[in-house]
Amino acid sequence: MAEMTVIEAVREALREEMERDPTVFAMGEDIGARGGVFLATEGLLEQFGPERVIDTPLAEAAIGGIALGAAVNGMRPVAEIEFGDFVWPAVNQIIGEAARVRYGTQGRRTAPLVLRVPYGGGVRGGLFHSQSIEVAFSHQPGLKVVAPATPYDAKGLLKSAIRDDDPVIFFEHKRTYRLVKGDVPDGDYTIPIGKADVKRTGSDLTVVSYGLVLHYCLEAAATLAEEGIDVEVIDLRTLRPLDTDTVLESVRKTSKAMVVHEDTKAGGIGGEIAAVIAEEAFEDLDAPVKRVAGPEVPAMPFSPLLEAEFMPSAEKIAVAMRELAGY
Amino acid sequence: MATIGIELPQVGESVTEAVIGKWLKQPGDAVEKFDALVEVVTDKVSMEFPAPHTGTLKAIVAAEGDTVPMGAIIAEMEVDSATAEAAAAASEVQANAPAPNRVGTLIQGANVGPTGGTFKDTALEEQLANRIPHASPASDSVPNTAQTSGRTYSPVVSRLAAANGIDLATVVGTGRGGRITKQDVQAAIAAWPSTTPAPAQPVTPAPQVTQDGPVGEDRILEPSPIRRMIADHMVKSVSEIPHAWSTVEVDMTGLVACRTAQRQLFRQRHCADLTFLAFTAHAVARALRDNPLVNSSWEDEKIRLKGRVNLGLAVAAPDGLVVPVIHDADREGISGLAQRIAPLVERARSGSLVLADVQGGTFTLNNTGTLGSVLGGAIINHPQAAIVTTEAIVKRPVVISSPGGDAIAIRCMMNICLSFDHRIIDGAEASAFMQSFKRELEAWTVDSELN
Repeated sequence: MAEMTVIEAVREALREEMERDPTVFAMGEDIGARGGVFLATEGLLEQFGPERVIDTPLAEAAIGGIALGAAVNGMRPVAEIEFGDFVWPAVNQIIGEAARVRYGTQGRRTAPLVLRVPYGGGVRGGLFHSQSIEVAFSHQPGLKVVAPATPYDAKGLLKSAIRDDDPVIFFEHKRTYRLVKGDVPDGDYTIPIGKADVKRTGSDLTVVSYGLVLHYCLEAAATLAEEGIDVEVIDLRTLRPLDTDTVLESVRKTSKAMVVHEDTKAGGIGGEIAAVIAEEAFEDLDAPVKRVAGPEVPAMPFSPLLEAEFMPSAEKIAVAMRELAGY
Repeated sequence: MATIGIELPQVGESVTEAVIGKWLKQPGDAVEKFDALVEVVTDKVSMEFPAPHTGTLKAIVAAEGDTVPMGAIIAEMEVDSATAEAAAAASEVQANAPAPNRVGTLIQGANVGPTGGTFKDTALEEQLANRIPHASPASDSVPNTAQTSGRTYSPVVSRLAAANGIDLATVVGTGRGGRITKQDVQAAIAAWPSTTPAPAQPVTPAPQVTQDGPVGEDRILEPSPIRRMIADHMVKSVSEIPHAWSTVEVDMTGLVACRTAQRQLFRQRHCADLTFLAFTAHAVARALRDNPLVNSSWEDEKIRLKGRVNLGLAVAAPDGLVVPVIHDADREGISGLAQRIAPLVERARSGSLVLADVQGGTFTLNNTGTLGSVLGGAIINHPQAAIVTTEAIVKRPVVISSPGGDAIAIRCMMNICLSFDHRIIDGAEASAFMQSFKRELEAWTVDSELN
């Protein structure tokens, strides 16, 4: 058992998978000689050589296309999109093509690629380095979308993603990279994709979240515990397929639900969770499902003050929790 | 035989809930119609609720100390089928009536809560008009129970209540705006089995005070329902009303002389004691008539000037403060007031006020002087605009101005202290009222004619 950061957990998972399976290789902008803009791939070039740790041109469409081509031909590429904000040129390769490979070939071919996508704000990244784009991919059948929040989950899930036979979009929140530390077991382990994790058990209300703001939810839940309000916090970990069973089981217990994400509200994951709850657990509800999310602005503002205003915080979440608990 | 639910009757217009006091019958007891069934305490009055039917008390639904809404089922009785049918028919008739007024079912009052209260007037009428009493299940046109109290229930609350046979009208909501939450229903379900068998424990947990406990040990008293009502009422008044105060000295020498000289004759003529309270009530009622702003209340960002002068008198009853009301006090002379005050105060002290005695007050007079107080800052009887205290009459050396120069005289002096709602009244209006009051009191002389 070792304590490590999220970025170290990602690096460890990559290294161990590349050691385990020679078909696994890493590619992306600056991931080789520079070790990646966040140093997620630091040391991999030295260990595995330039054939398995490939620096690509600044061309996301090419990154997506090469990864797809390698994957359908028996390799397991782990491609990095430097910043989630720049993923759009690769969308045709990922959504338009990769997502349909298994379906379109009636299962004769699969595309076992992983697209690692650093995303999210709170890092002073401004308009072009802060976006939450996970919902664009989690809408798409044929993809698996993962968004871990802790080092333990990041390592276990990245291993599962690499071993998965279908395309997995692996979202890593930039702010958690070095902010969040946690114990990670030594040796090989995996965490199943599509399984949420109850990060805190409680009886009064259910809070569903993922990524960076999950930690703010836990912080707020600890505050509310001192006020006698018992909050259950669920970490989705996977955004597609959603683990609706875990969410519904919790909501049936607490009868009050809230979704918290950094992404903007309209059309976000929160709406999907709320709809599932309304469809499946209506008879168990004791309050409207609440959403705490980013505001409806086109991108993360550059001003630090406005960025703080944009981001859900433990304080804002605690206010919403109190409101829901008192309903 | 059939089992029917016994509802808590509507007692008084603005009352929406009551606290269940002691149960005077236990499950299994045979009950005659009009037998006292249970004590019911509201912030206006506490009374013994009579059995509406003859039969057997089957189960107590609302336990002692429970706060229950009007119209909620508080017990179940086993009655013969004819009675059950009649009760069902009556409830159906009531279901179509605009508003139930069950005050008539009260037979007698016992001790009384802190407030004479006031009419909520239009707001109240609206509230009554909107209230739809118990619907019979057969009737399609009548909304179901979920709407009877104007409340809506969440899916989980409706489902749990239906599955466990909980009548939501009997559940007290702790959610926002009195919403019934899932936890409230779960608590009701948990409480259900324990209330069905006859509770063998003592029903009234009277304050247990150990006479010879260790020296210096704190003792915890359980406040009576009335004490709790008084507490709530005081907190409400102080937290909602911005209080301001004014004190004025009154020379009562002429009034004292008048009373002393005419007391005996008055008794012979009017069969009533000529009390100071009759004089002060008389004076304050007239002052209120001349200063209508003081006889008002702050309602929904508006000021309601009261059409009547209904004077509440604060009386120390054995169970706590009560405020019986002299309705239309401004229309009475001294004799009429003296004749009305005496029996009212007597009823208050003996705990036998009826509901009508405590309703509709528009202003409160507190005769703190009888307790020896010379200065006070009373808490306004919410939602009235002001309260005045008449303090002790004391002989004091006073400087009297006369054409021949100033002189020091021994005079009977009394302070009158006004607490007023500063949202409605400013110092100027308060002073005008106090000067009116003072003028009325100082107008009496030894040979004034008493009407």
